Amino acid sequence: MKQVFKRPKSLKDVPFHFCPGCHHGVIHRLVAECIDLYDLQEKTICAASVGCSVFMYDYFDVDVCESPHGRAAAVATGIKRARPENFVFTYQGDGDLAALGIAEGLHAANRGENITIIFVNNTVYGMTGGQMAPTTMLGQTTTTSPFGRDFHREGYPIRMAELMTMLGGTTFSARVAVNTPKNLMQAKKVLKKAFEVQIQNQGFSFVEFLSSCPTNWKMTPEKANQRVQDEMIPYFPLGIYKDSE
Amino acid sequence: MSKPNIELINGNESIARGAMAANCKYYFGYPITPQNEIPEYLSRHLPAVGGTFIQAESEIASINMLLGAGATGARAMTSSSSPGISLKQEGISYMAGSEIPGVIVNMSRSGPGLGGISPSQGDYFQATRGGGHGDYRVIVLAPFSVQENYDLTMKAFDLSDKYRNPVLVLGDALLGQMKEPVTLHPYEPREFDKPWTLTGAKGRKSRFLKSLYLNEGDLTKHNWKLFQKYQQMKAEIEYQTYLVEDADLVVVSFGSVARIIKSSINMAREQGMKVGLFRPITLYPYPEEPLRQLSTKIQHFFVVELNTGQMVEDVKLSVDKGAQVDFYGRPPGSIPTPNELFEEIKKVYR
Repeated sequence: MKQVFKRPKSLKDVPFHFCPGCHHGVIHRLVAECIDLYDLQEKTICAASVGCSVFMYDYFDVDVCESPHGRAAAVATGIKRARPENFVFTYQGDGDLAALGIAEGLHAANRGENITIIFVNNTVYGMTGGQMAPTTMLGQTTTTSPFGRDFHREGYPIRMAELMTMLGGTTFSARVAVNTPKNLMQAKKVLKKAFEVQIQNQGFSFVEFLSSCPTNWKMTPEKANQRVQDEMIPYFPLGIYKDSE
Repeated sequence: MSKPNIELINGNESIARGAMAANCKYYFGYPITPQNEIPEYLSRHLPAVGGTFIQAESEIASINMLLGAGATGARAMTSSSSPGISLKQEGISYMAGSEIPGVIVNMSRSGPGLGGISPSQGDYFQATRGGGHGDYRVIVLAPFSVQENYDLTMKAFDLSDKYRNPVLVLGDALLGQMKEPVTLHPYEPREFDKPWTLTGAKGRKSRFLKSLYLNEGDLTKHNWKLFQKYQQMKAEIEYQTYLVEDADLVVVSFGSVARIIKSSINMAREQGMKVGLFRPITLYPYPEEPLRQLSTKIQHFFVVELNTGQMVEDVKLSVDKGAQVDFYGRPPGSIPTPNELFEEIKKVYR
């Protein structure tokens, strides 16, 4: 019988620690599929981040370097400059990239570093227990925006994929989601393009994944998927925002 | 025999040239006075040897670029001055925790806060106590001349690779800005096996460099391992003595002030006062055992620092219990002259 579905080679055979319904596992899988597709397992170095994705070296079977909170893009810059022959990506949550690490992310893009940033936006700080993120939606309640995010108090949710397009060094910037099979398949296509940009030495590529967090949103996985569709996508529209390869 | 290559250069350039002689190929930094000649020199000269210079967006970014380059096994450096080093502390802590080598230069200035740009030794505690969070240490080398800036920077790269640990070169504004003739001797960088580097998992298992240990007992084990490493670093203890054999009073000073006080000691000798100098070159690990041995023969020490009293604590911890330790501190903002320090020596000499 022909095997039609199997674990990507670049993912270790261990169970994920992620909560039920969380999209990290799916996004991990898509990234690993692309690593396999382009035969990059032996030449990839990842700059990991902190937050829910901190254990990625337990899952990805590639070389991984831990980074201080927010600094993955700077760590990736150091890695890529020292080893331009390697494939280098960061995997960062919204606290990591859009708060602490916004300078590192924007400046790596602006320098046109030949790296790929995988940005996972779930509008909340997951690991620390559901506090407000820079991407938290207006009106969304979190443990530190108990009355709902109000732009007078807390400002607006930051749209990173659009922000990245403003920088001259950005070659590719896109936003995708994995809440439906259709979106997931589109996400894979977009991710492949981002990988190709780096493989062909064309500069900085950025992919924002909209992700669910059923635990901190206090929702079932199904309702969380629906929230991505009904609330997140209208404010964070999917699409390729810049493609100058 | 070929003529030695001697040039008149300033202290910061001397550090940059020492780094290049040690085969440093990557530099990441952010401008701050009084160390800008280091990035300026390397921005001009690194590209010619196939190296990379990046002026980062911040001190924080530059230390993390150093972390990334160090993780691949490359020889890399960053430099800054006091407030900038404060910003780098998080990254230095991560490098120590993940056992990633890298050289960090602090041409320190005066603080706290924005302070000023004049020389100071107010960063001694920060340099020798870890500086960042957690139970870690970095090797700290303290040059006192433009020549030593060159030599100790080269040495810093070897020590950093040898111990898989960040190494700090601690100078100050005076040592960065002054010009002296420097013998730019060639140097054979030591090669170290680096079976831990991230290069892509070709033909081997994948690796990760991390400082996170959540399983019960793992972090304790890791910290004990680091502690053992810090014990081994004691083999690198370096210090210099001057006229201590017959001394009644031994001045203990490091860096720029040790250089100034040598002149004061010469003045004292001319007047028949038996004064010598003990100068730590490694501030961590501190030369506590040589100092202790000296204190069994000479019981009077005079610690002089460009701060209100930091290294004096290490001297007190090192010397024999019966020894007397006097202290003179000059807080930042002005530099003492040899005459002024001679007057201070006279006050404690008996």
